[in-house]
Amino acid sequence: MPPAPRPPTAGINEAGLKKDDLAERLWLFGLASPAIVLILIILIVPVGWLFYVSFIGADGGFSFENYQRMIERKSYARIFKTTFEVSFLTTALCILIGYPLAYFISRLPNRLANLCLITVLLPFWTSLLVRTYAWLVLLQKRGIVNDWAISLGLWEEPIKIVHNLSGTLIGMVHIMLPFLVLPVYGAMRSVDQDFMKAASNLGANPRYAFWTVFFPLTAPGLIAGSLMVFILCLGFFVTPAVLGGGKVILVSMKIVSNIELFVNWGAASALGVVLLVLTLAVLWLASRFMNLDRITKGGR
Amino acid sequence: MLAWLRSPASETGISHGHRLWLYGISIIIMILLIAPTLIVIPMSFSESQYLEFPPESWSTRWYGHYFGSTEWMQATETSFKAAFLTMLVATPIGVLAAYGLHCSKVRYMRAAFLLMITPMMIPVVLVAIGVFYAYVKIGILYTLTGLVLAHTVLALPLVVIVIGAALKSYDMSQEEAARSLGAPRWKAFLTITLPQIRFAVVTGALLSFLTSFDEVVVAMFISGGDNPTLTRNMFNALRDQIDPTIASISTIMVLVTTLLMALAQIFGQQKGGSG
Repeated sequence: MPPAPRPPTAGINEAGLKKDDLAERLWLFGLASPAIVLILIILIVPVGWLFYVSFIGADGGFSFENYQRMIERKSYARIFKTTFEVSFLTTALCILIGYPLAYFISRLPNRLANLCLITVLLPFWTSLLVRTYAWLVLLQKRGIVNDWAISLGLWEEPIKIVHNLSGTLIGMVHIMLPFLVLPVYGAMRSVDQDFMKAASNLGANPRYAFWTVFFPLTAPGLIAGSLMVFILCLGFFVTPAVLGGGKVILVSMKIVSNIELFVNWGAASALGVVLLVLTLAVLWLASRFMNLDRITKGGR
Repeated sequence: MLAWLRSPASETGISHGHRLWLYGISIIIMILLIAPTLIVIPMSFSESQYLEFPPESWSTRWYGHYFGSTEWMQATETSFKAAFLTMLVATPIGVLAAYGLHCSKVRYMRAAFLLMITPMMIPVVLVAIGVFYAYVKIGILYTLTGLVLAHTVLALPLVVIVIGAALKSYDMSQEEAARSLGAPRWKAFLTITLPQIRFAVVTGALLSFLTSFDEVVVAMFISGGDNPTLTRNMFNALRDQIDPTIASISTIMVLVTTLLMALAQIFGQQKGGSG
């Protein structure tokens, strides 16, 4: 396609140029079509089909029974409650641990900060499965956490730390922490230190300056990071499935067991649709605090 | 040392001494972040069934198990094949899409970009069962082709975001200059633009390799039969019991990922890349 040179004077063959311009834009847009088609066929159509199936009842006709079951049955209520509790606790722990850590790293000189950031990035890169396995090994009854705690006298008998809620939380916090630390660290780095100096000069004590100047400036990063962690927790499968040992049942695990054990597509789809709607709602909330591409950058 | 403790650590006049609690906590957290994965490495060389640390006697027994098992070897081969093919498919498609979206100013651009990153936003469990159903219908369940296609979709957002970021900081008028001198568009892209965003392309390629290599949930559903992936077999093994062989596989996986991500990071820091 020949390049469209700018007209020396406006008005010459304007209609023709406009047509060329449009043709070129469409042609360029066409470059994205392999990706678009692939995503549509592999992802959107199947998920759309799940959406459809969620409204099909056992008799093959249209019905809300898959959604009704979720409301009526206590077991479903419990699963949703567990999912929210686990996601909420994980997010809260990540904030409590991640914010001070990000603060610490952001105050260091550049070279040292980069070195410390590696300790956040290294687990971020490592396979989820490997990290989950590592915790399984460390926390098991004969594992080193129990061994060391007993030799230090913290407790006397090996206690059960894994295959329950505590194990799930430990593993999930470990896996989610980088998703919180990275955006918070970014926000903290971009705070102009002169603001703090100014606050101090104007007579604010350090604590007051921190809470009224520094914290509000880093809050968008913290909110975006927390929402990201919360979203990922809502749909998390691998780590709770392994470390929860069947005692902590999240929505994602129920979806899988509905397919693998009960072959109940309607029930699985309806749960999936609810999970998707929840995720998109939180994502929409997140997009109001932060540029969308910055949120998605951390996701895997 | 004492002088350092009293010296101011911040603009507000807090001394390092007052910050010791923060330093202490942070160092403990950083150790807790990296220790679990690193501890698996020496453990994998332990002789014992119970993965002790530090190992009382050393052996390469579990590596022997791994390399001696046809099942594990086959799964490893599938994983590497799938990851490599995913990289080969996702990178060019993603570069084309990012370039097209960047240059074309049609009205539905934003919608197209959102569509491009949906694979990241939809919970992966949902993707997995959707793809599983579709593959049963089309008849490509448990095939390498199916696996590569699904992993490509998961990797595309990363490639598009990385390349898109690089194009944003690239000056398009260079390509226009080449074209006004008579180069066809494809030639201008290949000889002027591509070399300048090459680091982002390499980063995107490595990320798509890793996306496929590390992926568990989708592979759990659609890989199997003759083509189970390493992660699928590992996950199944984890659900049953603690098999020390997994420690040796984990060590190998940590080495592969760290190596690739270090490469991606190095390329990403050069001009034309993005984190």
